[in-house]
Amino acid sequence: MINIVYRLKSPKFFEEAIDDIELDGVVVRPTYLSICQADQRYYQGSRPPEILSEKLPMALIHEAVGEVVSDSESVFSPGDNVVMIPNTPFGKDCYRANYSKLSKFRGSGFDGFTSDLVSLNHDRLVKLPDDFNLEVSSFIELISVAYQGIMKFMEFKKASCKVLGVWGDGNLGYITALLLKQICPDCEVAVFGKHLENLNLFSFADNVYMIHNVPKDLKIDHAFECVGSAASQSAIEQIISLINPQGTISLFGVSEYPIPINTRMLLEKGLTIQGNSRSEREDFEGVVNLLDENPQLFSYLSKLITNVCEIKSIDDLKTAFDKEYISNFGKTILKWEI
Amino acid sequence: MIFAAILAGGIGSRMGGTDTPKQFLDLGDKPVIIHTIEKFVINSKFDKILVLSPKNFINHTNNLINEYFGEDTNIVVLEGGQTRNDTLVNAIDYISENFDIDDDSIIVTHDSVRPFVTHRIIEDNIKAAKEFGACDTVIPATDTIVESVDSKVITNIPIRDNFYQGQTPQSFKINKLSELINSLNERETNILTDACKIFVLKNEDVYLVDGEITNIKITYPYDLKLANTILKESDHD
Repeated sequence: MINIVYRLKSPKFFEEAIDDIELDGVVVRPTYLSICQADQRYYQGSRPPEILSEKLPMALIHEAVGEVVSDSESVFSPGDNVVMIPNTPFGKDCYRANYSKLSKFRGSGFDGFTSDLVSLNHDRLVKLPDDFNLEVSSFIELISVAYQGIMKFMEFKKASCKVLGVWGDGNLGYITALLLKQICPDCEVAVFGKHLENLNLFSFADNVYMIHNVPKDLKIDHAFECVGSAASQSAIEQIISLINPQGTISLFGVSEYPIPINTRMLLEKGLTIQGNSRSEREDFEGVVNLLDENPQLFSYLSKLITNVCEIKSIDDLKTAFDKEYISNFGKTILKWEI
Repeated sequence: MIFAAILAGGIGSRMGGTDTPKQFLDLGDKPVIIHTIEKFVINSKFDKILVLSPKNFINHTNNLINEYFGEDTNIVVLEGGQTRNDTLVNAIDYISENFDIDDDSIIVTHDSVRPFVTHRIIEDNIKAAKEFGACDTVIPATDTIVESVDSKVITNIPIRDNFYQGQTPQSFKINKLSELINSLNERETNILTDACKIFVLKNEDVYLVDGEITNIKITYPYDLKLANTILKESDHD
């Protein structure tokens, strides 16, 4: 079926394009989408030129919920609210699908969700309960990335583990700290950041610290790095100096640059570094269950929403990206009405 | 109840070079009309989809629908009329004879030769027709509109900001539409080129729904060539 897709043609330039989608499977109308830093890097043209020329034109956005329009197998009903899973396996191997080379990711390896309709396989959708806040639900994908990292940590977490450190006072740091407090209620969650106005929002955390003003005797058992970019280097350096022996450092922050790490101290303390990227169906299901069982999380998560932009034209889409770019904290939500 | 009427009654007199009405010509690997019907078939809100076809193309239209959608569908093929208004009347007559409609029942009418209509536009039409009784899909005019009464000199250049280009769908409450059509006199019937004009003639409000520049009408051979080119572009991405 003919479909209209809104693609980034070159940095800061969107265009309407015609695409053909399959009617087999589930056809979904996107309703609320959320801009991620990865989208912003394409929009601003801050990815390397060879990556931009390889990937564009491409529809952006991999965080979105939608409404089911049709389902050839009637697993979903028209009108069902669903969260769409951007990671899409095109084959099976022995690796988790979000790390497999056989998977493609929407808004990175192929078109994201900025289109009139999206055609997906059944396993790329998770139904949302009727009472879910859709603005918050639009960034379940981001929440699921934090969730999968925490679930991995839970596999090796020791009973003696008392203090969890989260580095980064941005969106992912907020979500990771919030989920840790929910999933590990017996642990102390300490957040390290450099923006006091952001840190003040982490009212659920046990302690917040400015990175340049950390008590000398402070120690943590495990660390979650949610900083990214060149600043990852100083964050990892501080983590290595504060972490107790045999701790684990979960890395989440994306950087365009190679980050040097103090391997001498890493060896001395017997630390483990765990990389985390993207998420899979079980993580989405886990987040939907967690939110369903703990509805108070919605009010914490809604504090992250700084802009809600109605998108009725390509110009509105540009304005939303520009607005997001100058926001130093929070999520920009797109109410998709184009 | 909600009905769709795909208006395929035209015989394509402006298309030139072919005897086949433009809605039956291929766009990519499928006839234009199939692309258009797909947009309505996937929308579960429609109780029935009426396809109004030229009389000598009814069998062909039925064959195409069987081929692409199977026999078990909610699509029915009906004969179109001499004019757009006649075609609309045929659709309303069929609905009145076969369904128990009420004053809130609506009909979404759409040109069969606008295959690029979006799901959003159709949904907005349903909402607007339910709420306001009548709506038209439009985009702001980008070219300056020039009026000339004698086709030689300009009589007026209206303010462009107040002008829109009409697309389809156009959607209405069926009973209201039927009532207005029945109240038209012969002179009014003769000047009708557009279903919304029936409402305007009778001083009834018609709400505007945002269209899309991509929602083009395939009228001339150039349009089909253009449509095929943009469709092919997607294969190369």
